[in-house]
Order: sequence, then C-alpha cells, then structure tokens
Amino acid sequence: MSNRLLSSSVACPDCDLLQRIPPIPPGGKACCTRCGCVLARQPAGPRDLPLALAITAAIVFVIANTSPLMDLSALGRTASTTVAGGALEMFREGEQLTGILVLFCAVFAPGGYIAFMLALLLGARRTPVPLWVGAMLRWVHHFEMWSMLEVMMLGILVALIKIAQLATVHAGIGMYAVGALILLFPAIVVTFDVRELWTRVEWDDAKAPVNTPAGTSVADPTG
Amino acid sequence: MTATAATAAQAGLMACEACQMLSRPAGEGQDAYCRRCGEALEFRHHDSIQKTWALVIAAAVCYLPANMLPVLNTTTLGTSEADTILGGVAFLYATGSWPLALIVLIASVMIPLGKLVALVYLLLTVQRGSVTSNHERTRLYRLVEIIGRWSMLDVFVATFTVAMVQLQPLMSVAPGAGVLFFAAVVVLTMLAAEAFDQRLIWDSAYPHRNHHG
Repeated sequence: MSNRLLSSSVACPDCDLLQRIPPIPPGGKACCTRCGCVLARQPAGPRDLPLALAITAAIVFVIANTSPLMDLSALGRTASTTVAGGALEMFREGEQLTGILVLFCAVFAPGGYIAFMLALLLGARRTPVPLWVGAMLRWVHHFEMWSMLEVMMLGILVALIKIAQLATVHAGIGMYAVGALILLFPAIVVTFDVRELWTRVEWDDAKAPVNTPAGTSVADPTG
Repeated sequence: MTATAATAAQAGLMACEACQMLSRPAGEGQDAYCRRCGEALEFRHHDSIQKTWALVIAAAVCYLPANMLPVLNTTTLGTSEADTILGGVAFLYATGSWPLALIVLIASVMIPLGKLVALVYLLLTVQRGSVTSNHERTRLYRLVEIIGRWSMLDVFVATFTVAMVQLQPLMSVAPGAGVLFFAAVVVLTMLAAEAFDQRLIWDSAYPHRNHHG
C-alpha cells in the first residue's frame, strides 16, 4: 500500500479494519463498513462554537460547585449540601476511598475536562498549534470517561425521594447548574472537530526518533 | 475492501489509539510511539486477556460483600438499622416509588452482574478463537462500555443520603462497609472493559499473517 493511500486511511478502533474516510458533509458521520463503529464525525456549526460552550461550561461548573444542591428542613432544622460537601461527609464518616472516588467522578473529572478543553481550544487558535495541545488532546478523553455528572444527578434524585419521606427537600441552584452541565458536555463533544485539530497539531516525533525513521512514515503533517 | 490487507495489523501497521494515525513500526521488540502525538503504540493491548481476567476476578470477589454488607446505617433516636443495596430497593418499592426501585435494582444489581457475565463471555469466546457472532459480541462490548458507569448510581445515592441526613441527635445516616466494595466493583469492571482489546473479537476470523510485514 502506498504512503499516500495510508495517510488518508484509518483503522477502525473496534475491529482494526483499514479503510478510507470519504469527505463527510457537515453534521454527518462515517461508520466502519464491517462493524459499524463511528470512525469520524464532521461537526456542523461555527468554528468557535465549542469554545463558547466550554466557557459557558466553566462558568456553570463554578456555580454547580459553590451553590447548594438541595436544602433539607425537618423539625425546624435545616441543612444544605454541595457536591464537594457530599464527598467530604463520606470522608468524615470513615469512607475515605469512596469520598475520593465521588470527588474524582463528580468534581475533578468534569472540572479537568472543562479546563483541558478550554486550554486546547484556545491553543488551537494559534498557528502552528503548539505541541502541548496534542498532549492535552490525548488525555482529555480519560476525564470524559470518568466524569459522571449524569449518574450523580440520578443518584441525587433517588436520595431526594428517599429523604422526602422524612423531611422537606428543595432543589437548589447547584442542582440546576449540574443539569445544565449534563447538556453542555455532549454539546461540546459534537461541535468539536477533533480530526481537523489533529491535522494541525505540531508533531511530537522528537520523543520517538527510532520508531519511524525517515522513509517509513505513513502520514505527513498536512495530512 | 481489498482482500490483500483487511486489518491494520495484517498490513503491519499500528493505529494510534489517541489520534488514529497509522504508523509502521521500525523493528521488532522496540517500544513504538506515535510520531504525531507521542502515544505508545501496540498492535493489540499488551496482555489484554490476562489483565482483563485479573480485573474481572477481582471485581467478582468484591461483588459478594458489596451486596451482603450494609451500604447505609440509619440511626433514629438511638435505634440503629442497617440497609444493604437490596434493602434500599425494597424500601423504595415499599414506599411506593417502584420506578425508582426498578432503576436502582437495574443500576446496582443487574448492571454490575451483567457486566461481569458479558466480560467473561467475551474473554472465553476470544480465547477459544470463536469466529461467529462478531457483530453481536462487538455490540455487547460497546454496551458494557456505555452502561458501566451507571452502576456508580448507588455510590452517589449513599453519599448524598449521608451528606443530607445529619440531624443529630434525632436521626443520622452513616455509610456502611458495603459502599467501598460496591465502588470497587464499579471501578474494577470499568478498568476491565478498558483493558479488554475489542479488536481481538475480529482477529480469529481473520488471523494475523505477519505482524511486521
């Protein structure tokens, strides 16, 4: 197979089948011909939309983590909690590992995702796109995987209904902010053209000079 | 597709799992890195089957205490009551919110168990070199990846119940030992799904002729 053909080919991440991705219309996607895995998406909409959404998400994230999720009142006593407050209470009650896990999945992972997306979307506006954007792009899907805001939301609702038998419970501003974040995250993912950014990223080939010596490279930076 | 090179591995190419770029490795036994993004390259995840088995077995070991030990200890005016995950489901059902009882039952009991069964099935069929129902097995793997996170539900329910119900000395709720085991099952099965290389499902039907061709 010639190098030119290879530079326009991809291997399906689910079944490793080699294939070429045809030009995709805006809003379309390309699927593996063998297993149906989505190989590439062509986002529709303006170029700066993901950045605008990421900035919105950053503001909403601050609100979600500083405002109370819910207020509870029973027998003249009131209590309220934030996301981090819930994890901290777990920590105090002796379940340190669980507290750390909750903090990670509900605060650090979504926060890291927003911070990385903001940084790399700002970096992507520079020419050439700096090396660290590529490094961040490699890591950002780990944050995405462990960010469990939608699971937390359902968990809070179940807890609310359990507690509602004992006390009066009101949803706070934090709860609405978490709801907004749950909608913003997939919006960033579908508007962000990750393939286009990869073609512009500065190469990291200094790290692996022995891997692909000149002449055996199969793609070029202009891709 | 051409009959000459069906998969990247057959063509002697390694696909970067981060940026999708294809590279041809320089030689055997050398660590390979993606020239574009620096990610470590492998034809297939190193020791994928062994790592996945180890994580699945560890998760299965934690599954029993996760369901037997209490996740919540409720103290009301001096009397204490311990609730397991199934106890929580029964409570929700008894108090009339059966849709929620169903959600918790699915997320906390059936999804973790289903994930373990599905991963064991995928491991066994790959090890036996099964060549049938590749599409179905790939779909099963994707399902495991997508729904896996939802079993964290009960950890969040426990966390926010504990955080909110602190009305000492009238009533307080403390987490039980089951929470940690339950969280461990979720994390271990998520890591197991990550360690499993789904491309192995297709490799038996179209064996590698030569990795370094």
